[in-house]
Amino acid sequence: MEIKVTVNGAAQTVDVPANTLLVDVLRERLGLTGTHVGCDTSQCGACVVHMNGDAVKSCTVLAGQADGAEVTTIEGIGTPDDLHPMQAAFRQNHALQCGFCTPGMIMSAIDLVQKSDGKLDEGAVRDGLEGNLCRCTGYHNIVKAVLAAQQNMAAA
Amino acid sequence: MASETGIGASVLRKEDARFITGMGRYTDDVGAHGQTHAVFARSPHARARINGLDTAAAAATEGVVAVFTGADLQADGIGDLPCGWTVHSKDGEPMVVPPHPPIAVERVNYVGEPYAVVIGETLEAAKNGAEALDADFEELPAVVDLASAASADRIHETVPNNQAYDWELGDKAATEAAFANAAHVTAIDIVNNRLIPNAIEPRAALGEYDAAAGTYTLHTTSQNPHLERLVLAAFVNVAPEARLRVISPDVGGGFGSKIFVYAEETAVIWAAGKLRRPVKWRAERSESFLADAHGRDHVTHAELALDGEGAFLGLRVQTKANMGAYLSTFASSVPTYLYGTLLAGQYKTPAIYVEVQSLFTNTAPVDAYRGAGRPEATYVVERIVETAARELGMDPAELRRRNFIQPGDFPYETPVALTYDTGDYEASLDRALEHADYAGFAARKAASEAAGKKRGLGFSCYIEACGLAPSQVALSLGAGVGLFEVGEVRVDVTGSATVVTGSHSHGQSHETTFAQIVSDRFGIPFENVTVLHGDTGRSDYALGTYGSRSLAVGGSAIIKATDKIIAKGCKIAAHMLEADEDKVSFEDGSFTVADSNQSLTFGEVAFAAYVPANYPLEELEPGLSEKAFYDPPNFTYPAGAHICEVEVDPDTGTVRIDRFVAVDDFGHVVNPMIVEGQVHGGLAQGIGQALLEHGVYDDTGQLLSGSFMDYTMPRADDLPNFTVDTTVTPCTHNPLGVKGCGEAGAIGSTAAVMNAVTDALGVASVPMPATPETVWRAAQGA
Repeated sequence: MEIKVTVNGAAQTVDVPANTLLVDVLRERLGLTGTHVGCDTSQCGACVVHMNGDAVKSCTVLAGQADGAEVTTIEGIGTPDDLHPMQAAFRQNHALQCGFCTPGMIMSAIDLVQKSDGKLDEGAVRDGLEGNLCRCTGYHNIVKAVLAAQQNMAAA
Repeated sequence: MASETGIGASVLRKEDARFITGMGRYTDDVGAHGQTHAVFARSPHARARINGLDTAAAAATEGVVAVFTGADLQADGIGDLPCGWTVHSKDGEPMVVPPHPPIAVERVNYVGEPYAVVIGETLEAAKNGAEALDADFEELPAVVDLASAASADRIHETVPNNQAYDWELGDKAATEAAFANAAHVTAIDIVNNRLIPNAIEPRAALGEYDAAAGTYTLHTTSQNPHLERLVLAAFVNVAPEARLRVISPDVGGGFGSKIFVYAEETAVIWAAGKLRRPVKWRAERSESFLADAHGRDHVTHAELALDGEGAFLGLRVQTKANMGAYLSTFASSVPTYLYGTLLAGQYKTPAIYVEVQSLFTNTAPVDAYRGAGRPEATYVVERIVETAARELGMDPAELRRRNFIQPGDFPYETPVALTYDTGDYEASLDRALEHADYAGFAARKAASEAAGKKRGLGFSCYIEACGLAPSQVALSLGAGVGLFEVGEVRVDVTGSATVVTGSHSHGQSHETTFAQIVSDRFGIPFENVTVLHGDTGRSDYALGTYGSRSLAVGGSAIIKATDKIIAKGCKIAAHMLEADEDKVSFEDGSFTVADSNQSLTFGEVAFAAYVPANYPLEELEPGLSEKAFYDPPNFTYPAGAHICEVEVDPDTGTVRIDRFVAVDDFGHVVNPMIVEGQVHGGLAQGIGQALLEHGVYDDTGQLLSGSFMDYTMPRADDLPNFTVDTTVTPCTHNPLGVKGCGEAGAIGSTAAVMNAVTDALGVASVPMPATPETVWRAAQGA
């Protein structure tokens, strides 16, 4: 089936079998390998992207569901020279080690902050990131980074 | 040179730029033109005879390129997966090693063991082909229970009693004598639960064959690409080392599980050669659960003898260790030389005797997982010490203090074969007590009780042996490889530097830390140092990353290389400045002649080395690039004190960690930010073991905890913020005075949590993991 989807601002048309997952369109068809696959049960969150303004697990979205949608991936939010405040906060707070969960974690964290009216505290960040697994950091610095980014995103 | 980017500075990481923007390059992000896809058919049975395997329908499936069985690999001369450490039993006999073909041939011995690989034009075609395989399994009774495995059916025909070895360490007679004189004996029976490592990046491999050159290239998720190459060449017979290149690009966490040489990458690289086409494989998480090497899984009885004043007299330990169905790459060393040797802990226990029986079961192979043997040793020692304190009515901190090896006792030879070089255990404990507000505990406990909750506090004063390893010591104990490391420093024409290290970073931040030490040594900008790693085509033979060895061993090799460069630079500078060589020294980025104002910058000397106009070519080769191999003279001994305080809800069994304090002595610290991050991650895994994680098989050998919905990974809302601090006694035998920090969190924390939980409940023991159900039952006295 033919899918028309806007990814990181660019209109894309792909022809894929109906059972294709959004994550496979992003990784295999569009070469956007920043979105990762860490499990097969929608538990780890390494594949989180934004679809029409919501964080979704792209391993659990059929490509057909993304037809006509606006999708933003980790590649679409900032560059090394012009980081999104959440990316900058992750770096500043050493909120990543191996980096594998990081794209999904950042995309979830942005969504969490954007929908929270700047009122997140530590507990709310921990609850809000419950759908993203990290095996390296123990979450301590991720929580710090999200709280710091909340300040910076409000100021921006 | 103290600077904002030198040794001791919390420099932000070089690695981050690519990881936070989605530009990391992991194995699954690498593709090759015309690549095919591999899918492994895995045993649904824990133990079965393969009476037949019909591959015709699979081979005829649309899009299937080839189907290979274990017999195909064997017929092509592909050897067994070896175990690289030979442990000897009490009777002097070497361990019994059952055959371990990469793809099963006649029998399968655990659920998930591959018995065929199907290669397809697409992943879907390969999956369809695997579905079409017709295997005739004759199911056999599975041996699952570790405690009774020795008397169960023989899993491997060549292995009596399912026993790999029956090992001992220590002076048995002296230990018996210590118990005969004891005023008090404390005994515990504990189970160290099986864990499943679960790096968030699943294992993956891309095999390529260049038919013109006859060379193989394997991209894979390995912590030690040279070891992978050595095994694939020397034991598995894929190709000679010189025609096999192994590349580990960005790797998404390892924790030990990516040290080992597995069936999948073996089959992938071999098949790429057979088919003359690239072959790609990426594990699905279910496969990771089934077929990555698991960790821990011990059953232990331990006894501690004390005198009337609480001094430890002797410790005796009997452990059964689960090997799973086969001996994985380093499996045999984990419950022996990485376990028994650590049973002295931080204490002056004069007599120790340990017996370890390693047994096969029809479960996934068990090997090193973060800490590898040392968490198991710490759990034994710190649970029994805490239990003894409670039995004697002593403050657990005070009992430990009474038995600590004192700063004046170093070097200290333990009764279990190690010589600790340095440490100050009381300093760590004192600092931890301060951070934890130990003095305020009684009031907090009273407040909890008033609210219907139970509060407990637990200690863990751990030690670990890291910086693996002095090669001759390791080889004499059964290691199959040397354990040095290589470091190469290439000073560029313009005075920048490229470092090639044999250590592999899969989260450890070597690109930053190693750049800091080289920038610091040469006095050149941090930005002008680039660190390369993870490619057998780039570095000399190297041993890779495990056992918290990268800075202590890999970093020391780099320092040795920089020493050679500075020595050569002094010669060049002496020539250029027409000074005596022994008058030239290097400091703060300049070569200076003593008692003069003459000096040259590092960059000037580098330039002269490559543009040798004014240069002693008759005595000195041009260029400024040096390499060094560093073989450590001893292990390093990181140690520390962890304190955990929990509040338990007796009605629900829920354990809330109120505070967790870790004070660790890693020797000198190069980048405190990175070290704290390593500790945080280790703590999460250690706390995960105590409260959440459990690899569970049912009686038939089916893995019940085979997904993230069944195996409880620590999530953000399961963990507290941590209080992390360090004390410093520099390692005495490496140039940076460093000890290693990667595993400490996982080694120390588990016992602290369990000591806290049992303290809160007022019970002698609670099995791990202390889930709400387990805790609730203990709270009910059920």
